[in-house]
Amino acid sequence: MKSAIYYQTKKVTMNVLIHMFLLSVAATCLYPVLWMLASSFKTQGTIFSDISLIPRQFHFENYYFAVSKSDFGRYFLNSVFYTASVVFGIVIISSLAAYAFSRLRFPGRKVIFILFIAAMMIPIPGSFVALFVLLNKLHLRNTALGYILCMISVGLSMSIFLLKTFFDKMPRELEDVARMDGCSKLGIWRHVALPFAKPAIAVVVVFNALNVWNEYVLALIILDSKKLMPLQRALMMFRGEFLTNYPLLMAGLTIAAVPIIIVYLVMQKYLVKGVVASQGVFG
Amino acid sequence: MSMFDWDGILPTKVFVGLQNFKEIVSQDPSWWQAMGNAVYITLIALILQNALAFLLALACDREIKMRNFYRAVFFIPPVLSEIVVGMAWRFIISDVDGANIINRMLVSAGLPQLVHNWLSDPKTVLTTVALVHSWKGFGWGFLIFLAGLQIIPKDLYEAARVDGASAWDSFKKITVPLMIPVIVLVSILTILGTMQAFALILALVGGEFAGHTSVPVLRILTVMRDSSRFGYACAQGISFGAILVIISFIQYRLSKKYREE
Repeated sequence: MKSAIYYQTKKVTMNVLIHMFLLSVAATCLYPVLWMLASSFKTQGTIFSDISLIPRQFHFENYYFAVSKSDFGRYFLNSVFYTASVVFGIVIISSLAAYAFSRLRFPGRKVIFILFIAAMMIPIPGSFVALFVLLNKLHLRNTALGYILCMISVGLSMSIFLLKTFFDKMPRELEDVARMDGCSKLGIWRHVALPFAKPAIAVVVVFNALNVWNEYVLALIILDSKKLMPLQRALMMFRGEFLTNYPLLMAGLTIAAVPIIIVYLVMQKYLVKGVVASQGVFG
Repeated sequence: MSMFDWDGILPTKVFVGLQNFKEIVSQDPSWWQAMGNAVYITLIALILQNALAFLLALACDREIKMRNFYRAVFFIPPVLSEIVVGMAWRFIISDVDGANIINRMLVSAGLPQLVHNWLSDPKTVLTTVALVHSWKGFGWGFLIFLAGLQIIPKDLYEAARVDGASAWDSFKKITVPLMIPVIVLVSILTILGTMQAFALILALVGGEFAGHTSVPVLRILTVMRDSSRFGYACAQGISFGAILVIISFIQYRLSKKYREE
């Protein structure tokens, strides 16, 4: 019979090993981000000699230069604008559509819903050539509106699916009460369904915000003018112009990365739900 | 559109039938090279990224301190954009445009013979791309695996322990069989995601070694923008899209089957 001390030691060793494993992976996750952040405060002269994560001296002029000389302020605002408009559009359209799919009886309801879900399976690389031509014909290429509409359509299916499953669980009594108080269908959507679905809408918001903020391929195809570009697109262009100015480049990357990391850390709960739920779409 | 020879601007479209598809299959080696590259990256991601994700999920699926911290940190790479990840890693590992940290670490670890130009050697560049891609992606798999593990009823393990099963036994007999649907799901999502990755490659490698790191999405973009062969690019897009749709459909059928069981 092995002693209690044996089992105790075995358990402790096991725990230490597991923590070492987890910590080392966590370190590789954090290192590039911290390194990017640290490098953005260095200068061209110190960036290769001082490779520590805490710079000896903090230089903020990279940020000043990025914003004043190379329009990073504008790209940042473009990204904020695209993200806000797309997310707003998606929330309105998908909650209306999901509510209709869930509650209204109309002919072809099932077929249209399946078409929506099937559209989600068509990958962007399979369709962007056609999209390019279509936008050209509509004169929406190289316009903010064209980009926003495309991004709304990218996020729509998943959001409708997510909200529909949520509305399906909404108790009918809630609606009946509102109806007796004289609420129209739209009024029920506004005053009953939307507040009820708040957690699901939070998931839709975070998930789509992340998607739009990080989007690259459609921005590459749709937008040509510099003044319309979102951050991701601008970064690639920026690299072409300032290939060897690494601290400046790192400042640009930090401007693109930090907001999304903050949003993620604050809204972590919803994002994690969104990840798990979005897989349910396929499942 | 895939059946036309068209530059995307002029009204002159020439109907060529299935000619474009025939060209993809039999006369376009650069397309097949790009496909091969994407498959290679996908295989590495499937094995490495998912094995790591699964191990981490197992490690976190227990009473363990700092679980929330780990979970938060592992999902940082997936929330970053491909562009940011690609550029930051290029700056870390490149010997030309960067601080060459990996090589510096190899030297200080006493392994100078392993020092290598990871991003500028055509032999290693694709593997490097696959590794960075896996770094960015494992957090997704981790979250889904962890969610899957947490639904497994804990009394199953309890019952197995009472019956005298070892930890390894209950892993083999309980965890793995119950996790198979989740593993299939994550694998298919990995395939779909990795086959479409391209911004990371652009940011990490840039335009050099076009052939060695080209992937189908990049090919379609190149054909469309540089040679303005819209009909042909569209045909490529449709062929590629069809492959991905088939993979999603397999996933859909499999998960339906698992749910019915």
